Amino acid sequence: MATPILERLGLRGRSARGQEHKHTTVEKDGAMATQTIEEAPASSAGEGRLWIDGSELRDTKAPAGPIEGKWAKRQFEAKLVNPANRRKLTVIIVGTGLAGGAAAASLGEAGYNVLNFCYQDSPRRAHSIAAQGGINAAKNYRNDNDSTYRLFYDTVKGGDYRARETNVYRLAEVSASIIDQCVAQGVPFAREYGGLLDNRSFGGVQVQRTFYARGQTGQQLLIGAYQSLERQVAAGTVKMYARHEMLELIVVDGRARGIVARDMVTGEIESHLADAVVLATGGYGNVFFLSTNAMGCNVTAGWRAHRKGAYFGNPCYTQIHPTCIPVHGETQSKLTLMSESLRNDGRIWVPKRAEDCDKDPRQIPEEDRDYYLERIYPAFGNLVPRDIASRQAKNMCDEGRGVGPAVAEPQPDGTVKQVRRGVYLDFADVIKRIGKDAVSAKYGNLFDMYAQITAEDPYEVPMRIYPAVHYTMGGVWVDYDLMTTVTGLYATGECNFSDHGANRLGASALMQGLADGYFVLPNTINDYLADGPFPKLTPEHPEVVAAVNSTKERINKLLSVNGSRTVDSFHKELGHIMWEYCGMERTEAGLTKALGLIRELRDEFWRDVKVTGENEEFNQTLERAGRVADFFELGELMCIDALHRRESCGGHFRAESQTPDGEALRHDDEFLYVAAWEYNGANPVLHKEPLEYEYIELKQRSYK
Amino acid sequence: MNITLRVWRQANANAQGAMQTYQLADVSPDMSFLEMLDLLNEKLTVEGIEPVAFDHDCREGICGMCGVVINGSAHGRGSSPVPTTTCQLHMRSFADGATIDIEPWRAGGFPVIKDLVVDRTAFDRIIQAGGYISVNTGAAQDANATPVPKVDADRAFDAATCIGCGACVAACPNGSAMLFTSAKITHLAMLPQGQPERWSRVKSMVAQHDAEGFGGCTNIGECAAVCPKGIPLDTISQLNRDLMHALFKPDGK
Amino acid sequence: MAITGLIMVGFLLMHMYGNLKVFLGAEAFDHYAHWLKGDILYPLIPSGWFIWIFRFVMLAAIVLHIYSAAVLTGRAHRARGTKYVTSKPLQQTYAARTMRWGGVILAGFLVFHLLQFTAQVIKTGWNSGAGPYEMFVVSFEQWWLVLAYALWMVTVCMHVRHGFWSAFATLGANTSATTRKWWNIIAWAVAVILYVGFMIAPVAVLIGGVR
Repeated sequence: MATPILERLGLRGRSARGQEHKHTTVEKDGAMATQTIEEAPASSAGEGRLWIDGSELRDTKAPAGPIEGKWAKRQFEAKLVNPANRRKLTVIIVGTGLAGGAAAASLGEAGYNVLNFCYQDSPRRAHSIAAQGGINAAKNYRNDNDSTYRLFYDTVKGGDYRARETNVYRLAEVSASIIDQCVAQGVPFAREYGGLLDNRSFGGVQVQRTFYARGQTGQQLLIGAYQSLERQVAAGTVKMYARHEMLELIVVDGRARGIVARDMVTGEIESHLADAVVLATGGYGNVFFLSTNAMGCNVTAGWRAHRKGAYFGNPCYTQIHPTCIPVHGETQSKLTLMSESLRNDGRIWVPKRAEDCDKDPRQIPEEDRDYYLERIYPAFGNLVPRDIASRQAKNMCDEGRGVGPAVAEPQPDGTVKQVRRGVYLDFADVIKRIGKDAVSAKYGNLFDMYAQITAEDPYEVPMRIYPAVHYTMGGVWVDYDLMTTVTGLYATGECNFSDHGANRLGASALMQGLADGYFVLPNTINDYLADGPFPKLTPEHPEVVAAVNSTKERINKLLSVNGSRTVDSFHKELGHIMWEYCGMERTEAGLTKALGLIRELRDEFWRDVKVTGENEEFNQTLERAGRVADFFELGELMCIDALHRRESCGGHFRAESQTPDGEALRHDDEFLYVAAWEYNGANPVLHKEPLEYEYIELKQRSYK
Repeated sequence: MNITLRVWRQANANAQGAMQTYQLADVSPDMSFLEMLDLLNEKLTVEGIEPVAFDHDCREGICGMCGVVINGSAHGRGSSPVPTTTCQLHMRSFADGATIDIEPWRAGGFPVIKDLVVDRTAFDRIIQAGGYISVNTGAAQDANATPVPKVDADRAFDAATCIGCGACVAACPNGSAMLFTSAKITHLAMLPQGQPERWSRVKSMVAQHDAEGFGGCTNIGECAAVCPKGIPLDTISQLNRDLMHALFKPDGK
Repeated sequence: MAITGLIMVGFLLMHMYGNLKVFLGAEAFDHYAHWLKGDILYPLIPSGWFIWIFRFVMLAAIVLHIYSAAVLTGRAHRARGTKYVTSKPLQQTYAARTMRWGGVILAGFLVFHLLQFTAQVIKTGWNSGAGPYEMFVVSFEQWWLVLAYALWMVTVCMHVRHGFWSAFATLGANTSATTRKWWNIIAWAVAVILYVGFMIAPVAVLIGGVR
């Protein structure tokens, strides 16, 4: 099986290969579950190779020349579409968050026909809305040596040198325009008494370049994009399909030409056809079940595209945020983030002895407390980067010194153990130093939020925090134009892999989503659309019919299993496997074990899942079942990616690759590349895109 | 905790609905209200009963997707000590052995889709009628070119925190969406960028509000009382002021 | 709704002021009543026209007020056709909740009131040709009529209590939580003044203070 695929590798001739691929996928789809599972044990146990090495991959779109001029050059060289011709071209955009909503509005303004899809009841609900902290932009309004170049540098370094220089530079370059655009739309950013915009520092960088709107920056930016989007809906350039979920990509003659979507109210399986398709469907953190993502966030759109030929970049890069409200019990459905700024004044500790863990923290004397971050990292103390703070909290709880309610956790040996997952974030010192009122002025809203969720008063009792999955740096592989390896298919925002390397800096996700949506995609997609309109398609076209039928078969299969376990029980178990073995610390043994567990569980899912109701109705169980089915396949790929990357970098910590004192150790000699995975059942094909740093010098991080 | 739930079940928009009673054991006081419903649905699924449909997404009180009437008040505000969304209401707000009534938003502008899920697309259409500033991407001047006095920016922000959940409509005895509409009017009317379209905006948004079948405002104040984001009632007066002013302006619909 | 309502509140205040002339004796009261129907604004308008212009304005206000209320009620019924099985209001005052039925009740009693004192079709104890003062005193020497008017004035003042604040809110005067508090205080004050001002004379008649 390996040889013919190897022969077909490489970027050239992609469309021909895409087509062949598609046939196999369509054939496989109905019996997909059983087929891939049959293959799985053989590859992991037998040959010892879980993946196939493919050809090298390169971005061919970024022009040559100095980095400062690349974007302008690309904008000039890209083919244009005459305004009169734009209305003859249709673009499908899946997702209405910052990336999708901004792109739909901008392309609508440009005059294209846009079909915009979201699974929520309104485009305003996309999960970009939940971002709290702020948005970075190289405005240098503070006169503190900030510049495009510094934002570019910080982002690459923050990403632990695993991001593509050209994309990141462009991100920094357009960042200032984002703020202009948002202010013009009426986004009420924080202002000073002089009426000008306020800034704060964020995420450990040394300049003040973060614009914010109280603790609701994401909400305000999204509402701005949403308003622009609704303006285009009113103008008739954008047609909105809310409560529609993309379930399949339609590829015809090697080009992405549409999607299959399910109307979530009527259950109708519809094909929607266009000249290009844009995925702006966010991250896949919900593969862990518990994350700070919204309940509906899923990987289905990206994964369906991956199965149709879009490579998936760096799936194992996951950001785990250290300051979230801990799990309260087995029925927990999601986790809530608390702003990272709390670590500026709070001191993190756990009891020195496990037997103190259920005591009232105020009764534990100073000498019995372990301020472990201050102890291990005397230089940075509680302000170490996110990944380090997270990993140490996990270590403390693994040692049995966690605090808060004990939650049952299945152990590797099959037993169940009660583990407390939480550490204290104590404000007693700062309250003593500056007073309760001053603390309240700084963190009042966060304290209130904490009190509402936990019913504990953080002014009196230390907060309990624990890390939670927050963002996925990995995603669909794209080139400089944001086009995936499927011609005519684009990916923007968190859905793509492009800008954050192995770790994302605070306040950069909003920046990337809006940069892609407002300024990048609308200036690159024209290069492709200039060749259109492509031959007219009808819903009767065999490829369209095949995509619709494979979607229907899959739904029928889910509905016909009629087993005994609920969808959520599978999702929770998958999440637990992922969290345990592909979470904050990964080992070869753990990941190998996880792969076996996932495959067993996926097999059980397709044998024993219970999906109630029918397709032709509003059926939330069916929606979730489809998403979980794709999470199983993604989870496998994440483990394979994490297994193959035998280095620690950013959010990916491999226990085998650490310095003598337990810090992450990169191996630039071996792993200075993007891992772009091509779908191939249980044995994905690895394409390496080498990362070449012309402008930034590679360094190893240290925080001691 | 053991609780008794009386939940509105309605198979689809055209079906007749009714309250159904379910017993639920092992409810933890730390659960959010929606996690309690998850627990109910897991139990129902295992028993072969179709689970209760309810809208929800972010579960951190910001997306505005969730919302049911709990014991007669929107988002269970009557049971919560602080303004809340349904997802941020916790079971500790209820006593062991309590009976909890759960109903969908009921309003002419919000037809029921299934069980506790309603169609709120009318809100999107009200925004489409003018709840925006017409600026094309790329056409913006420098962000600091126009200063905005802090008080205006803050007032705009207070109104802009609306999450579009629809609790105001659900609570209003008139089924009016004035608080929602006026929040957007106020947000944009307070900012210099919103001035050029200010008068046409208020006319067309109010016209769309009425066309959607929402009732009129009689200043009762239930809307602001249940609003999870504390949108103040005086935004409605702002809308009225702007509307009266707009009647003497030639522009707009 | 707001403007017509405020016109009527203005009328009520004037009416109340006029009623208090009862305490100045029969002559003053009757003269006042006569003046109303006589030469106000004369010679700008012919003698006796004022009262008809005034009646027309009041009638128009009432009709428009009821029309607006009917439209609003109709919209509210369409917008909230289905009722909640359980309902727990958090904010609404009793006055706000009873605006509609209260309005119908007080309009009904208004018809009685006009038939009684204006058209003089319903004679409560007096004979044809009685002067305004006599009608007033004879009527309110009957305890049940005082009671009926006391109850009617409760519905009127409750209506004014919500209506007065609501009218100003509709006209855009509710600019902050503080002004809202003040408008509600003023609305209460107007309602209480109207109640006391209107009821003090009939009660005085009943207990023998005015003969």
